[in-house]
Amino acid sequence: MGRYFLRRTGAAIITLIAASIIIFGFIHLIPGDPIYVMLGDGATPEQVALLRNRMGLDEPLVVQYMIWAGNALQGDLGQSIFFDTPVTQVIKEGAETSILLATITMVWIILFGVPVGILSAIRQGTWIDQGLSGLAMLLASVPTFWVGLYLILIFAAGLGWFPSSGFPSIFEEGGLSNLRYLILPSLALAAPNAALILRLTRASMLDVAREDYVRTARAKGIRPYRVVLRHILRNALLAVVSAFGFTFAALISEAVVTETVFALPGIGRTVVQSILRRDYPVIQGVILVTVCLYLVINLLVDLSYRLLDPRVELE
Amino acid sequence: MMQTLATWTRPAISRPLTTLGVIFLLTVVVFAAFSPWIAPYAPDQIDPANRLLPPGGAHLLGTDHFGRDTFSRLVYGARLALLIGIGVVGFALASGVPIGILSALYPALGRVLMRMVDVLMSFPSLLLALGLIVILGQGVFNAILAIGLIYLTTTARIVYGVALRLRAEPYVEAARSAGAGTWWIITRHILPNMISPLLVQASFVFAFAQLGAASLDFLGLGAPPDIPSWGNMLAESRIYITRASWLLLWPGLMIVLTAFSLNLVGDAIRDRMDPRFREMVGR
Repeated sequence: MGRYFLRRTGAAIITLIAASIIIFGFIHLIPGDPIYVMLGDGATPEQVALLRNRMGLDEPLVVQYMIWAGNALQGDLGQSIFFDTPVTQVIKEGAETSILLATITMVWIILFGVPVGILSAIRQGTWIDQGLSGLAMLLASVPTFWVGLYLILIFAAGLGWFPSSGFPSIFEEGGLSNLRYLILPSLALAAPNAALILRLTRASMLDVAREDYVRTARAKGIRPYRVVLRHILRNALLAVVSAFGFTFAALISEAVVTETVFALPGIGRTVVQSILRRDYPVIQGVILVTVCLYLVINLLVDLSYRLLDPRVELE
Repeated sequence: MMQTLATWTRPAISRPLTTLGVIFLLTVVVFAAFSPWIAPYAPDQIDPANRLLPPGGAHLLGTDHFGRDTFSRLVYGARLALLIGIGVVGFALASGVPIGILSALYPALGRVLMRMVDVLMSFPSLLLALGLIVILGQGVFNAILAIGLIYLTTTARIVYGVALRLRAEPYVEAARSAGAGTWWIITRHILPNMISPLLVQASFVFAFAQLGAASLDFLGLGAPPDIPSWGNMLAESRIYITRASWLLLWPGLMIVLTAFSLNLVGDAIRDRMDPRFREMVGR
């Protein structure tokens, strides 16, 4: 286990270093002088020189990378051109919205995707299964922003049950009741991802159901529901748990669109606005942080998988 | 001859939904190929007197905020949908297949290439595409590259897995010991046996390319606004959703039905190539 832990962690660190080189290189791949691109044509030579110096762009590339990576390790992701505040500050401001949105979305995904997937597998081949599988595929084919716009149209503009946009912090006036601002966005974001988890749960249940030990359990006369719960479900859920890391990455990605639809002050919307504002340090910073998060979550998922399922080879 | 016909008609009857999907996809192709003849108006024909008309009358599906005919724009939008789909699938296959096969045949190279694929996969997909758009600039071709890069990784992974398995097959080993060259083995043994999984992957990539392109359009970072794409139509209709909700309906339905149909087709191919499933339904 110790060796596996070290190897898996080492691989994640190597991936992170490689990814950080790509993210660092990003600013140099933009056509034209990034300083002029960011400041616009009207920039004075003093402004250009100041920013060039502040971003360390007058050093050789390798030195630049070392400075940038060194700063990043110490929690300094540079300065936002647009806000003139540290990038970490910009990310922190969007973090509450994005983390809460992802968490609530995850709750919907688990509440809907897993039980319905189980139901679909237990009723394999019946019209219930076919209907649910068809529904899952339909949900996976729907753009999240389209679902979002319809949710706004029906539940915000029409029925007035939920607010249509924005999100005041839960630490401000209103407290936890402000979470109602995230109900519609999280539902829109959950739709395609719940569909994927549903399909995965179903497939995983059916795979495990073919195992010899399930046949043995049935042959021993164990009640069917007990076989499903104790023998099939517990093992099938392992594969589902390991998909959560992947789902999390998908959530971050799709939150970019969802936060834009619902005008949520999250990290995803910040990225889109930073692209339009040419605020490259913010884009770099957000991508670096999300890649880190993705790698850490996947690492944790992999390691917990090893703990949960001793059959996984030490290799 | 009869038997080949039966292999096509039987699944069509047993999977009515997939058949409908295929018919819908053919409709999209016909829309794209014959847009000028099918569309009653030019897609950019502005008519300020008839803004935001509801469906019916001279404008079958209504008009948008410039008085442009929604149905005509949907028909022309099929062109971009196909272009994006074919472009992304083409890019993903043209890059992912060689990477996957070479990685499987040359393990030393494979360790490097597959590690690079892993690195790309650690980027959330839409952020990766957005980053590339920032570098390349906005445009249809760049949107294809950006979305294609996402599916390069998944395609390379799948091809790598299949190629590794095929490489160990006795007939490949036999060919190799009989003196067959690498090129021969790739073209005669590996590629032909990979067609089914590649078809499945292609249909899924085609489907998700539609959703990705629509997202980019919606964020204003995809096709330029003067091009009638379904994603652009949705983005433009956003402001008018309470006044003219039908503007939201049609382009959204086109995207959903296209992606859904492609997913159905992909699933059908996968089920047919999975012997376990064939056994179950007795085919």
